[in-house]
Amino acid sequence: MATTTTTKKAAKPSGRRRETSLSTRDRLVVITMVAIPTILVVGLVWLPALGSVYLSFTKWNGFGGLDTIEWVGLQNYKDIATIYPPFWPAIRHNLIWLVFLFVFPTMLGMLLAVVLDREMRGGRFYQTAFYMPVVLSLALIGFIWQLFYSRDQGLLNQVFNSEVDWYGDPSINLWAVLVATAWRHTGYIMLIYLAGLKGVDATLREAASVDGATEVKTFFHVVFPVMRPINMIVLVIVVIESLRAFDLVWVINKGRNGLEIIAALVSQNVIGEATRYGFGSALAVIMMLISSVFITLYLRIVFREERNP
Amino acid sequence: MSSRTPRPPSIPGSAMVTAQASRRSVLRALGLGSLALSSGSLLAACGGDSGGGPASGEGATVKFGINEAQGSGPAYDRLKAMADAYAKETGTEVSLNAVDHNTFQESINTYLQGTPDDVFTWFAGFRMAQFAESGLITDLSDVWPIDGLDDAFKQASTAPDGKQYFVPVSYYPWAVFYRKSVFEKNGWAAPETKDDFFALMDDMQGKNITPFAFGDKDGWPAMGTFDILNMRLNGFDFHMALMAGDEAWDGDEVKLVFETWRDLLPYHQADPLGRTWQEAATSMGNGDCGMYLLGTFVVDAIADVGDDLDFFTFPALDDTIGADALDAPIDGFCVAAAGQNQDAAKEMVKWLGSAAAADAANNGADAPFIAANSEASTSTYTDLQKKSVEVVSAASNIAQFMDRDTNADFANTVMVPSIQEFLKNPDDIDGLTSSIQQQANSILG
Repeated sequence: MATTTTTKKAAKPSGRRRETSLSTRDRLVVITMVAIPTILVVGLVWLPALGSVYLSFTKWNGFGGLDTIEWVGLQNYKDIATIYPPFWPAIRHNLIWLVFLFVFPTMLGMLLAVVLDREMRGGRFYQTAFYMPVVLSLALIGFIWQLFYSRDQGLLNQVFNSEVDWYGDPSINLWAVLVATAWRHTGYIMLIYLAGLKGVDATLREAASVDGATEVKTFFHVVFPVMRPINMIVLVIVVIESLRAFDLVWVINKGRNGLEIIAALVSQNVIGEATRYGFGSALAVIMMLISSVFITLYLRIVFREERNP
Repeated sequence: MSSRTPRPPSIPGSAMVTAQASRRSVLRALGLGSLALSSGSLLAACGGDSGGGPASGEGATVKFGINEAQGSGPAYDRLKAMADAYAKETGTEVSLNAVDHNTFQESINTYLQGTPDDVFTWFAGFRMAQFAESGLITDLSDVWPIDGLDDAFKQASTAPDGKQYFVPVSYYPWAVFYRKSVFEKNGWAAPETKDDFFALMDDMQGKNITPFAFGDKDGWPAMGTFDILNMRLNGFDFHMALMAGDEAWDGDEVKLVFETWRDLLPYHQADPLGRTWQEAATSMGNGDCGMYLLGTFVVDAIADVGDDLDFFTFPALDDTIGADALDAPIDGFCVAAAGQNQDAAKEMVKWLGSAAAADAANNGADAPFIAANSEASTSTYTDLQKKSVEVVSAASNIAQFMDRDTNADFANTVMVPSIQEFLKNPDDIDGLTSSIQQQANSILG
């Protein structure tokens, strides 16, 4: 005890001395290192976000200077909620997307990871095969699945001799797209989880098996709790992936007719030929608010964990 | 999206300007805001009206922005041939900026407000007029009249202020296409009247052939059907007034269009929303469907039966209105107000409207376009194109297609989903039209 207190006492002043003895050059370096990221974050994240919030209360078609921006108050939000037919379906589809991604591909990816972790024969081959879709761009995936789903010339209808309008029927196409997304998402989650499993201390499993736990019990009672950080990452990835879902539906039909999702609506209004900057910004702000809910939840969990480790 | 011929996406070789523009549009779109915005308007302000250097001839340079990427086929070859011919004839250096079709169209707004080329490819119609009103394109009334371009084309090049801002080069009509051999085999003839038309469709159904191929996955092809039904049922003037936002979308006239369309839907291929126009064209090409209402670019999807194709204009549905109007989008050129070299641009754009330019284009590519200039040689034309010339010359009124004739915001964010909604659920016409009108009020009002 006595020795520890003395070392602490001795360490403190020396630390303070190092702080005060920063040379001008060091101080400049520190200031630059803090300032540059701050400028980048403020300039590329905060200002645009605030700009977007401002634009969402205006009407502007992008012609002419900034003086042509017309303030319309809450009109855009009111229009979105009342007379813009694609909005509510879009919210619903994003939620379906989230739940689906979480329930099916995420669970499947975890299961595959656990199976592949057992060093079975040909494991490397399966690993590569399942991971392959992740390497492809979503745009390419959209094209590949078009070959399966095309109503008149697609593989599925040819093989089963059916006439299902996979991409055109609004009650089916969301699910068709989700299957295509899942094909990719499963491999992604599998890889992350596999990496996590490799990091689990082998002695833990040994101890569990010595105590007579079954494989399943070992996983749920020993491995799963140890992997808490990876589980958090997977959860966050799923939420982010489902909120920013965009490329696939954009490739298929630009997010219309049963495939409305918020990110696609934002793009329809501002990026293509249409230039409803105010209206599109209002949609983007709504998307931002929804993401904030999840981000806040996530941060709360993380901070609580830090406080009581 | 539009009445253009869609192409496989390809990456433009020299897309610098529009690459910037599109990046800027994305930045602006996301509200990455104030910085990007002000730089955009600064750039626009810098490119004043003063010409730099000699207008044309040796030592002068004119920048030419085109909406076809290098290697995208005959459309690029024709534009390139025109640029080369102009350079050769006048000694002016033409600096070509070739950009992928869709990219060009989607970033046009930021392109024009940034540092645009002097002369650029564009379309006649509402958006051209919108650019004119916003001062983004240059008044070209002093280059008109142009030999060989008649009054109809001059009219199509005129903005609401009465001045011309556009020089047409080519056009293509929308009509009902069919295979000659299929019609001959079944003893069918192109219908002249409404009764002929319905008798023909019934006969086709009796022979287990779907009368109309139909696809609207991309959202714009069905606009062609709306246009033609509206022109046949309510007349050209009403159609244009509706497009301009001067008539109500929830009135009886538009309801009549949708009701007629609903009654015609059983004659169309089922499930259009999952089908691209190429797939629909294929079903006409292989004989599953009898006819297809589309632009002449339908040939691109079924080139193997191209020689077997013929067309007729959509027959009259109301005898008091007749069948003398059709969609025939006109392509051509504008001069950007922010371009550096206004005089050279005007000189070039006048030449581009000439018969010599059209001939240079058609001799320089495998497939010709239908020249707007009446003095251009027709020797390279296919039979379909020769007939197109006759049909369009015979028409007394020409519309440009919905997404060129009306506000782009309205066409893309309201009409595309609304028409798709109608095709899914054709019975709620009152709900649909009132929803369209509410959104029209919000956007146009």
